[in-house]
Amino acid sequence: MIYAGILAGGKGTRMGNVPLPKQFLPLNDKPIIVHTIEKFILHHEFKEIIIATPSDWLNYTNDTLRKYNIDLPNIIVIEGGKERNETIMNIVQHIEEQHGLHEEDVLVTHDAVRPFLTHRIIQDNIEQGKLYPAVDTVIPAIDTIVESEDHEFISQIPRRDFMYQGQTPQTFKINKFKELYNQLTEAEKEILTDACKIFSLKGETVKLVDGEIFNIKVTTPYDLKVANAIIQESLDND
Amino acid sequence: MINQVYRLVSPRQFEVTYRDQSIISDKVVIRPTHLSICAADQRYYTGSREKDVLRKKLPMALIHEGVGEVVFDPSRKLDVGTKVVMVPNDPTEKDDVIAENYLRSSKFRSSGYDGFMQDYVFLRHDRIVKLPSDINMDVAAITELVTIAVHCLDRFEKKAHSRRDTFGVWGDGNLGFIASLLLKKLYPESKVIIFGKTDYKLNHFSFVDEVVKIDDIPEGLTIDHAIECAGGKGSQYAVEQIIDVIQPEGTICLLGVSEYPIEVNTRMVLEKGLTLLGSSRSGAQDFRRTIQIYQEYPEIISYLSTIIGETIDVRKIGDITEAFEKDLSSSWGKTVMRWMI
Repeated sequence: MIYAGILAGGKGTRMGNVPLPKQFLPLNDKPIIVHTIEKFILHHEFKEIIIATPSDWLNYTNDTLRKYNIDLPNIIVIEGGKERNETIMNIVQHIEEQHGLHEEDVLVTHDAVRPFLTHRIIQDNIEQGKLYPAVDTVIPAIDTIVESEDHEFISQIPRRDFMYQGQTPQTFKINKFKELYNQLTEAEKEILTDACKIFSLKGETVKLVDGEIFNIKVTTPYDLKVANAIIQESLDND
Repeated sequence: MINQVYRLVSPRQFEVTYRDQSIISDKVVIRPTHLSICAADQRYYTGSREKDVLRKKLPMALIHEGVGEVVFDPSRKLDVGTKVVMVPNDPTEKDDVIAENYLRSSKFRSSGYDGFMQDYVFLRHDRIVKLPSDINMDVAAITELVTIAVHCLDRFEKKAHSRRDTFGVWGDGNLGFIASLLLKKLYPESKVIIFGKTDYKLNHFSFVDEVVKIDDIPEGLTIDHAIECAGGKGSQYAVEQIIDVIQPEGTICLLGVSEYPIEVNTRMVLEKGLTLLGSSRSGAQDFRRTIQIYQEYPEIISYLSTIIGETIDVRKIGDITEAFEKDLSSSWGKTVMRWMI
């Protein structure tokens, strides 16, 4: 089975002093998360679309789905965790409890605040997710990446043509993720905040899928302005 | 939902734009899967329309020939995965006499109104027609072009006199091929003659009764009715020849689009009492009739597959440009984009 996990666990601290977590902020008058979920609804391969949201916002999330008439039977809202991988583990636990886990089960995880993704990106994640233990959506790095371990001087500058910027979706075989995550020590869990990094560090193949430069993460007030601007600049020709 | 719309912004330049559309509405959400390039799209792509036309119509998503799959129907009338052909004409009023494709108020996709080059296309139920589930989708992609000929023959059937012993089709391109093929199927007792000028193109017309080169029309040859599929300046020469060889009171169906006005020998039109029957585009009814014809004559699909020239997988904007360029350099057949972007 293929499942989608929408990660809406953040409370939006980077958005500054806003009244709502960032995934609920309006993008062209509709909450960002609604835009994102709608794209997933259009892929019939998903048995379930599981939205993991902060516990205080469970009711709000359900109300929002109802308000926009997308409270469909295969959309489930659950409580997220303290950090990203814990949120994913909550989704895994939900799937295990409700449907049991099978060897070929795949989870496509996506940031609720990346509403610009396309059909092709989701499709590539599903297809490659069936073939490989894990899949990461990336775009080639545009800026040179500079590494500094002491935050004062350069420790190294990696070759740019080997560098990519990670986006989402990130996709993986559910059983494998559970197995690897449970092997981590508490200290490792603190550092390993990226699911694909866990796979990579544990020696598993992580396949790259092309993202899109416009598949942006709406995290700061600046991003939200940009996102609103690019929708509104499109001339209405339909 | 934020829908990606791939628009031509200026000749040879496509850009992605974004439209906010809700999946919950009175429309069905279709994922386009196979899109076919038409000469009209190429006139925008190459910038060969007049400057003020380009200024007025661009940026615009091209393509009005395409098929896809239902991904969401809020009314639950259509199953997810249903294969459909998309109708590019969009009437905004109803008229009991004038067909939807002739109403001046109708909108037409990829002509001043976004075409099918989008992540998802939102259409009312009456703008989609179900395809047989086992149809070859590369071929189904050109269905809109077939409906143009079906529409023309439907008008011909209603308006032309009943003697249909011999048909002449002018134009050895895609539309001439389709029109000749349909005539042979729908009027099996009639003789169909193709009039063209290029040998390798005419070689594809294996099903016609006779092939005639336009610079070598046999003395004394006559036809009852004609279909002109030449287009451009060629329309003028075709109509000139048709008027010469057609029997009195015949009907000349005009299908070829010419950018500039052409001359017509009206003296002989009058003397022979001819009917000039213009047709343009098609409506939803013509799509339904076309699918019916596919089912009645399944061999049509295999004949049509011989005019599919290139099929190109489109995964990024650069692939769209490549498809349009390949189509420009190909001298025969239709180019189909497998829409994977």
